[in-house]
Amino acid sequence: MQPFLPGLTRDEILRYSRHLLIPEVGLEGQRKLKGSSTLIIGTGGLGSPVALYLAAAGIGRIGLVDYDVVDSSNLQRQVIHGTTTIGKLKVESARDRMLDLNPDIEVEIYNEPYTSENALRIAKDYDILLDGTDNFPTRYLTNDVAVFLGKPNVYASIYRFDGQVSVFYAKVGPCYRCLFPEPPPPGLVPSCAEGGVLGVLPGTIGTIQATEALKVLLGIGEPLIGKLLLYNALDMSFDFVKLKKNPNCRVCGSNADIKELIDYEEFCGVPSHDHDEGSAGEGWDITAPELASRLKQNHLKLLDVREPHELEISAIPNAVNIPLGTLAARLSELDSAEDMVVFCKAGTRSTRALELLVSAGFKKVKNLKGGINAWAKEVDTSLPIY
Amino acid sequence: MATLKIPTPLRSYTDGQAEVVVNGANVAQAMEHLIEKFPTLKPHLYNGDGNLRPFVNLFVGENNIKDLQGLETLLDANARVILIPSIAGG
Repeated sequence: MQPFLPGLTRDEILRYSRHLLIPEVGLEGQRKLKGSSTLIIGTGGLGSPVALYLAAAGIGRIGLVDYDVVDSSNLQRQVIHGTTTIGKLKVESARDRMLDLNPDIEVEIYNEPYTSENALRIAKDYDILLDGTDNFPTRYLTNDVAVFLGKPNVYASIYRFDGQVSVFYAKVGPCYRCLFPEPPPPGLVPSCAEGGVLGVLPGTIGTIQATEALKVLLGIGEPLIGKLLLYNALDMSFDFVKLKKNPNCRVCGSNADIKELIDYEEFCGVPSHDHDEGSAGEGWDITAPELASRLKQNHLKLLDVREPHELEISAIPNAVNIPLGTLAARLSELDSAEDMVVFCKAGTRSTRALELLVSAGFKKVKNLKGGINAWAKEVDTSLPIY
Repeated sequence: MATLKIPTPLRSYTDGQAEVVVNGANVAQAMEHLIEKFPTLKPHLYNGDGNLRPFVNLFVGENNIKDLQGLETLLDANARVILIPSIAGG
């Protein structure tokens, strides 16, 4: 990939000896890796194993993009971070761990949201991009950046027990938009913050993603170009399907009409983050303290739209539980004349429930802003936050 | 008859079933049978006009039905149809 390959020091030869013993890598391959650069977008579940293994493998220059800070709820899966780095910037926490693992590499950090304004500037000097983001807008952005810059996009995504991996490289194969021309309508596909994810899943999928990146950089094996790997941890199944370039693709097709980066949040109809603190907007929200005082004064119906197993974690007394997925079919159980407050874990699902209720003619309904987590934080502090 | 593989995000609408055996000579009929068995799946797979949502991909074996005969793609008795949703978690 590079015309000039840097040499290895004596220490590096020892460090990478297990690579040097493999004929497919060898001294030349290790020098290729040292002369390579990768940009990892997202240092969360997928970014953790990707960054650790690419650092350990001796990729010479690794860029990290993330603007979040490490939170206790990350550590069930984001193994690059630790209890001692809670509250620290994720890019700094990840960089420090990577340099501890391998001080011979360079780690460049971008503590900023990855947006249409900065994405081309950040990505242009890296050989390949690794998509470890957690939301649709940034996935479409990452794809389009890779297509416009002519770079491979090593893609992976996860949800609960499912994982997907592919190498989208529009120069020689399909891109992400060839498979998914349009994002799902807002609210139809839950995020990991809402629906959860098995902690080890990003480990399995992220290490496959890192493997693909190494293969592309080394020019060995058969990278997943034109193929999509589908993994399911419950069935322990690996399915492969063929992907073809879509001649009508709007970014890489022959008559592509998207020639520059667009407003991806507008395109997807959702914000470019996976934080689940939902608000229904001006006039539709009620805060936890407001709800507490209203409940003391008069009768209010409380509708909990979480899944039944979540009630074991925390609950508000006298709330009726109708999970969001079944709400449309169970509207007849509710009285539209009654004052009602809808809530979920943090406000995202209840906002969608509120939209559904309003469209069905319910007028006296409000959304508990921040969900039961806000209630646990501000009213009933005996409840846990999850 | 065909076996339809259901991804985790949609299993809550198929009583947790990972694979559903459906009848149908082609993909359209197999999908109709799936919706008949599990009606609450419908809004997740079809839009208001009754068309398959663009983000839902159906593969017969390892081929996208868009690269075959679309919903008219014929299914043999051992056909395996995989439903691939868009997921974005990371």
